[in-house]
Amino acid sequence: MNKNKNTLKRILSLLHPYRFRMFVSLILAVVIVLTTLYLPIFTGRAVDTIVSKGNVDFEKLIKIIFTMIIIMCITAVAQWCMTAINNVVAYHMVRDIRNQAFAKIMKLPISYVDSTSHGEIINRVINDVDQFSEGLLMGFAQFFTGILTIILTIIILFKINVYVTLVVLLVTPLAMLVAGLIAKNTYKHFKSQSERRARMTGIVDEMIAGLGTVKNFNMEKEIENEFRESDEALRVASQNAIFISAIAFPATRFVNSLVYAGVAISGALLAITGKMSVGQLTSVLSYATQYTKPFNEISGVVTELQNSFACAARVFALIDEEEILPDKDVNNKIENVDGNVEISHVYFSYDKSKKLIEDLNLDVKAGQRIAIVGPTGSGKSTIINLLMRFYDIDSGSIKIEGKNINDITRKSIRENFGMVLQETWLKNASIRDNIAFGKPDATFEEIEAAAKEAYADSFIKRLPDGYDTIVTEGGENLSAGQRQLLCIARIMLVLPPMLILDEATSSIDTMTEARISKAFDKMMTGRTSFVVAHRLSTIKNADVILVLKDGHIIEQGNHNELMEMKGFYYELNNAV
Amino acid sequence: MLRLVRYLKDYKVESVLAPLFKFLEAAFELLVPLVIAKIIDIGIGNKDSNYIIKMGILLVTLAVIGLTSAIVAQYFSAKAATGFGTKLRDDLFAHILQFSHAETDILGRETLVTRITNDSDQVQNGVNRFFRLVLRSPFIVAGAFIMSFNIDAKMSLIAFIVILILSIIVALIMSKSIGLYRNVQRKLDKVLGKTGENLTGIRVIRAFSKERSEIGEYDIATEDLYKDQVRVGNISALLNPLTYVIVNLGIVAILQAGGIQVNIGNLTTGQVVALINYMSQILVELVKFANLIILLAKASACAKRINEIFDIKSSINGGNSELVLNDFDGDIITFENVGFAYPKSKEEAISDITFSVRKGETIGIIGGTGSGKSSLINLIPRFYDISRGSIKIAGRDIKEYTLDSLRKNVALVEQKSRLFRGNIRNNLLWGDESATDEELYKAADIAQATDVINSKEGKLDSEVAMYGNNFSGGQKQRLSIARSLVKRAGILILDDSSSALDYATDSRLRRAIKEIKNITTFIVSQRIVSIKSADRIIVLDDGKIVGIGTHEELLKNNPIYREIYSSQIMTEAD
Repeated sequence: MNKNKNTLKRILSLLHPYRFRMFVSLILAVVIVLTTLYLPIFTGRAVDTIVSKGNVDFEKLIKIIFTMIIIMCITAVAQWCMTAINNVVAYHMVRDIRNQAFAKIMKLPISYVDSTSHGEIINRVINDVDQFSEGLLMGFAQFFTGILTIILTIIILFKINVYVTLVVLLVTPLAMLVAGLIAKNTYKHFKSQSERRARMTGIVDEMIAGLGTVKNFNMEKEIENEFRESDEALRVASQNAIFISAIAFPATRFVNSLVYAGVAISGALLAITGKMSVGQLTSVLSYATQYTKPFNEISGVVTELQNSFACAARVFALIDEEEILPDKDVNNKIENVDGNVEISHVYFSYDKSKKLIEDLNLDVKAGQRIAIVGPTGSGKSTIINLLMRFYDIDSGSIKIEGKNINDITRKSIRENFGMVLQETWLKNASIRDNIAFGKPDATFEEIEAAAKEAYADSFIKRLPDGYDTIVTEGGENLSAGQRQLLCIARIMLVLPPMLILDEATSSIDTMTEARISKAFDKMMTGRTSFVVAHRLSTIKNADVILVLKDGHIIEQGNHNELMEMKGFYYELNNAV
Repeated sequence: MLRLVRYLKDYKVESVLAPLFKFLEAAFELLVPLVIAKIIDIGIGNKDSNYIIKMGILLVTLAVIGLTSAIVAQYFSAKAATGFGTKLRDDLFAHILQFSHAETDILGRETLVTRITNDSDQVQNGVNRFFRLVLRSPFIVAGAFIMSFNIDAKMSLIAFIVILILSIIVALIMSKSIGLYRNVQRKLDKVLGKTGENLTGIRVIRAFSKERSEIGEYDIATEDLYKDQVRVGNISALLNPLTYVIVNLGIVAILQAGGIQVNIGNLTTGQVVALINYMSQILVELVKFANLIILLAKASACAKRINEIFDIKSSINGGNSELVLNDFDGDIITFENVGFAYPKSKEEAISDITFSVRKGETIGIIGGTGSGKSSLINLIPRFYDISRGSIKIAGRDIKEYTLDSLRKNVALVEQKSRLFRGNIRNNLLWGDESATDEELYKAADIAQATDVINSKEGKLDSEVAMYGNNFSGGQKQRLSIARSLVKRAGILILDDSSSALDYATDSRLRRAIKEIKNITTFIVSQRIVSIKSADRIIVLDDGKIVGIGTHEELLKNNPIYREIYSSQIMTEAD
């Protein structure tokens, strides 16, 4: 409850900039409800001018008709304005929240992004935000007009005739009960339907993706049966959901018919005694046809609002995530870096209950090559995470040129490292923009030169659009090796004094791989480099080899030293 | 759409009863304005309160009958529609399961998934709505129209004109906003893409300190989306007010004309009221009918997409012979002048491939990306069919064997290892349903996967998430190798399937596989170390065999092999 209250507060504060528009929108809603409800009164009055042959008051009729036209025009204009205002507010808010959420992502610790499913985050930023604004604004408008309609209808009915109104009020609890009951049941069945649908979709997704494997194991029949089973479960749930929700309409229509019959009888009886005119009866009847509609809408809106609150809470949770600590001193930067790195007594672990890196000491002189080796999952990338300050160390210190990296700005640390990772991330933009990523004001000559240095120029030129080729999202238009060359070119353009490189292991053809390793060598000359190494040549030439196993640095030294130790490194080598 | 009607054949009764009861409901609904007119004209006119009460009871009776028919109709409709959808999905999924790689490559996985989920849902929805409205809406419109025509022919002209104008306006707004909605969708996709891109690229973005400029780009994309959303929102916001005005103008016109008619004695007041009522009924129903037509148009587009899938037949069909390898000895696999081009591709991925393999041999296949390694081995279990030449297993063309028996004898471990939702045991049992736990562990031992199983608390019963997402790449690879070993097939193909394993584990794996008796093994790899101890190595380059021999022979005579070797310089191994 408290959480809901907080969410409500947050929502209100989000709406604050739009309070004037929201106010206008509410006024318009009142106007719409009033005029919509008022119109049938005029219809009734018009009918009353039409009594019988030769007994039609045309003067009055024309006047009434004229008024009706004005009223309906007001309603229409107000309706359009209200929707337009609501749209602007809703979409504006969506944009603001998305921008906020995105800016947040940029400030989140990498640990959060690493440990949270990206689909989940995207879902919050895209779907939850959409559902929230839609549910909130549309829901709110409907809720407000619905309640207003009910109240005003009753007031107007009272004014026309007290007895008829009492008949209507008598049926009201029934309308509420029916609407509530159906809404509750519908929700339950739809939830079960969507769960089962998710399961069915899951099977389809997984099996079509793995169709090769399915065929490989002759599992077609088994999978088909598994699907049938889950599809049958879905059928039962769907049938219930569709049926129950479809009943809503006839059921409320039935309640409405009861209201209608009640009004017709009591109204007609009153008309006999002259306490009501035929015109009034027509008006009352037309209110009666519409009477239960708002009940139905309100019960639907309540679930929608609940859902929208839940979405909002999820988005807010993302926006409220803890940010990385701000830089201690925004002016403390390192300049003129030669590449001396001193790691002393560093302790670090991702999960604080499981020890990982303990008392790591490493003194790297400018220009040295450090090879990091070890089996998959041994934590080679942890070292990269710490050097780049993607993660903060638990204790000890890492110093660059004698300055503690925790004291200087992150930007200045990262500017001094050139990083080429195995996962070759490129932007969905042109090749030119991708190479110039670290230096957006680079001239084309510079970009081309960097590409040449990275041995990427020749393949880029052969692409249909050359340097303007757009790198697609999945990057299907480039091979893994080509992507890696582009990542290297990106670094070549800025070429910082220190490097962090991750040698690719597989799915790169030999020609490209040779190019990559040539480019790597070129970059590394004269630069301090940390290399997650897979090639023995790289490892053997390194000044220091760090051997990792299960997250721990178990051996440290150059090739000859480590071979003499006859430890894990020696074994690794012999496996070859 | 019509082609899919066959899926309703188990629901014939429901399919007839649903619209029929809807029709009944409508018929009773149409009587209501007549009753009201009677109440006004006779009841109030003659001051007959008994008559009024009688008519009132009639109204309630009509409501009860209406409700009952509606519920019955909805029930049958929901039953028939969901039954239809389920049968359609079952058939479609079974059909897709028959597709060979050639078909799925062309169609793409995404499309197939959306056809089974979204498209069939839309069609099911269309069927449901169709049952409910196909008789009801036209009947009410026609009925109300005839009723008002009966009251006064000239007056019903007003209704006709209103219907016409309304249809035109709805059509205009719809056609205008559909295109704009597509724009909105595109821009939303862009925002979505940017969000995802920035999550995957978070390290690179921070490494280059590009947070600010990325935020700037994102804001532009959301602003773009916002503008389009407002534009389309404002246009579709016109629909309700315009409908409202037109409907009420119709009512006003009836009042005006009705006044004249009553004055000259052609109509009674009750009849004018009835006309107004019919008018509202027509319009409510018309709006529903317009929706039905839009829905049906969508549904038939989806039905067309589904039928496209049904029209595609698997291009690979098995023969009649059973492949049994147990007692066979000699050249187990022979490729003769094999050429193969992927569907839709003009150039051959591999050509002029000729070699034969003796039973029990271990064959290494090496070459760069795109050299045709995977293409070659995918031909053996007939995931693709060759374009020319022939492939024989145990002396007979592989096309003569049933697909079941062929694939039973060929275990291919794919490059991309896949596990499926369930637990480790049911994943391994894919290889052989009747395998005992002991056999599973034996296979896991060879695949170096026992560690993986034992590291999980539930051992064989440990949960496997969708796509095996709760296992690392190396763990997945080892488990899928184990799964293939459970098959105990005579031919084992490892398609670069140990790439995520470290050297030590990889070499233990190869040694263990070598010890299996009566098995012919293909090892495809990029790493020389993985294949150098094979009995023979096939070197592929650009889709052609450029050398076959042992590691030592190739090193001596084959320049391409030597080039690969030197790029991976291995020191004194073993």
